[in-house]
Amino acid sequence: MADGQKTAGGSGSGSEGLIRTRTARTVREQAIKGLLVAAAVLSVLTTTGIVVTLITESTSFFEDIPFKDFFFGTDWEPLAGGEQQSFGVVPLVWSTLYLTFVALVVAIPVGLGVGVYLAEYASPRVRKIFKPIIELLAGIPTIVFGYFALVFFTPLLQDQLGLDLRVFNGLSGGIILGILVLPTIASVSEDALSAVPQSLREGAFGLGAAKWQVVVRVVFPAALSGVVAALVLGASRAIGETVVILVASGNEPNLAFDLTVAHQNMAAFIANAARSDAAAGSTAYATIFAVGATLFVMTFLLNIVAIRFVRKHRQVYD
Amino acid sequence: MRLHRSIAVLAGCGVCAFGVAACGDDKKDTGGEKKSGTDNSSLSGSIRIDGSSTVQPVAEAATEGFNAEAPNVKISVGGIGTGDGFKRFCRGELQIADASRALQKDDLVDQCKSGEVEAVEVQVGIDGLSVVSHKDLEIPNDCLTTDQLKELLDPKSKVSNYKELGAGFPDKKVSFFTPGTESGTYDFFTEELLETDKEQRTEDVETSADDNQIITGITGTKGALGYVGFAFADQNKDKLKILAVDGGEGCIKPEIKTIADNSYAPLSRPLFMYPSTKTVKQPEVKAFIQYILDNNQQVNEAADYVPLTPELLEKAKTDLEAGKAVATPTE
Repeated sequence: MADGQKTAGGSGSGSEGLIRTRTARTVREQAIKGLLVAAAVLSVLTTTGIVVTLITESTSFFEDIPFKDFFFGTDWEPLAGGEQQSFGVVPLVWSTLYLTFVALVVAIPVGLGVGVYLAEYASPRVRKIFKPIIELLAGIPTIVFGYFALVFFTPLLQDQLGLDLRVFNGLSGGIILGILVLPTIASVSEDALSAVPQSLREGAFGLGAAKWQVVVRVVFPAALSGVVAALVLGASRAIGETVVILVASGNEPNLAFDLTVAHQNMAAFIANAARSDAAAGSTAYATIFAVGATLFVMTFLLNIVAIRFVRKHRQVYD
Repeated sequence: MRLHRSIAVLAGCGVCAFGVAACGDDKKDTGGEKKSGTDNSSLSGSIRIDGSSTVQPVAEAATEGFNAEAPNVKISVGGIGTGDGFKRFCRGELQIADASRALQKDDLVDQCKSGEVEAVEVQVGIDGLSVVSHKDLEIPNDCLTTDQLKELLDPKSKVSNYKELGAGFPDKKVSFFTPGTESGTYDFFTEELLETDKEQRTEDVETSADDNQIITGITGTKGALGYVGFAFADQNKDKLKILAVDGGEGCIKPEIKTIADNSYAPLSRPLFMYPSTKTVKQPEVKAFIQYILDNNQQVNEAADYVPLTPELLEKAKTDLEAGKAVATPTE
């Protein structure tokens, strides 16, 4: 801008100024492009670095512990001493999936309900107020949810509902985890539903369909791929969530349906093991990476399945 | 735990530094030269310490504080274990051996056996462990025998309800919160009470490296039982119930007094440092142990232990000053 003005106002040869401007502009363009490439490369390198670390460190773990014992063993005591130390990851994976399930049982109906309401039923004014509030919920730090579960929600369940809960339990952690992922599901599904062209709704109304029929039979199927994306985003968030479970659900995974006892998920295990006194280089320490790699593969598979589903069921409207 | 300890130590140091500064400013002429007035800054040399991992945090806490006064003394602290610590000590590899029990005859090997190395015994603190429960858990007389504790927490324990312990015990599902394997308290409990090789029950037990999390677990879970270091339980006694323990001679509640006089057995034990008759004459070694005795409260509390009582502290100071070899232990 400044350059351009100077040349325009200057009395010297116009062509020279033009070239100078071009050069300056090209340099600037190149610089910006370079920065953007650097950003892209940095993120690729980081991902590669993480994957390489996970692979090398887990390799050292699997040199000590056979695959079979890790993936099929049902006794999980990696930080215990002596004879009791045991590396069967099944209870940990179970607790992780179970907590995610509980969270989704809470988050899917409510989240989709919110999404449908905002996209289809709410007046623009209501929507203008509601949407930012829900997005605000998404911005609350997870540690706040964790302590909310521990010091408010668990005692509420114990005292008001009279449940015989341990203070660190799967129920409270799972439900609050659901509330944590709810805004993600609500917001993304609302976007997907809103993106369905108005002409489809009008067509259905024209054929005499009631409002709910339009929503359930026309709009919802049309937005299915986006809704599934919302659910997968929510599920990935729940599977990998650390702090809520670390604070509210205890330090022990449990191969059980009982939600009144502790359920530790994989991310919370990693956080807990990393601050334990397990010596770097010990098998107990390497467990962190084996669990990390397993978690990575799990969320990766989840995303692949979701992408496939979305591609298959995607409907494109002009 | 480690982190938590070092923060405590730092905090302790901060407080102590402030205290000293304030003291110096306030009463300059009343002569505070007796305590921290000792000038350690000119000391140099190196002190190698190894032995009990229980005493290790005491030695580490003291090292941080002592090095602030005597920056030229290099101190290395290990936690190889009491028995192995004595072995190294007897080979003349250590200036100080840490021990969580008194020296025994079996410990006297190599140069200790031949009399070239003679140990001087100085008690530096007391490790006490408290069994605690949820406030509403109705254990008869608020007292458990060591056998009952074993029944509950033995690795092979199948007890799932307190009523299985006998008449009078509540009909309540068990749930336990204890320190984990990284903790000296865990080692003490499993070795001394359960008499296992650092193993305890894992079912229905949640372990945590964070003492506060153990307390949260016990205060928030009906029917919860657990154990923590005495000092920590004592700080939280409003929130939970501290149980008495019957080691065969009746129910004894853990208190400074019962722990200090060893009547709260078997869940308390003395912590020692053993310099040799030679190393105790090295000024830096003596000053280091003197520092631990002078700052006994901070150093022990940094490690969650019980400071020495005035009588024990007096005896320890006398022992250090005398530097006499401990009477040949029997057994």
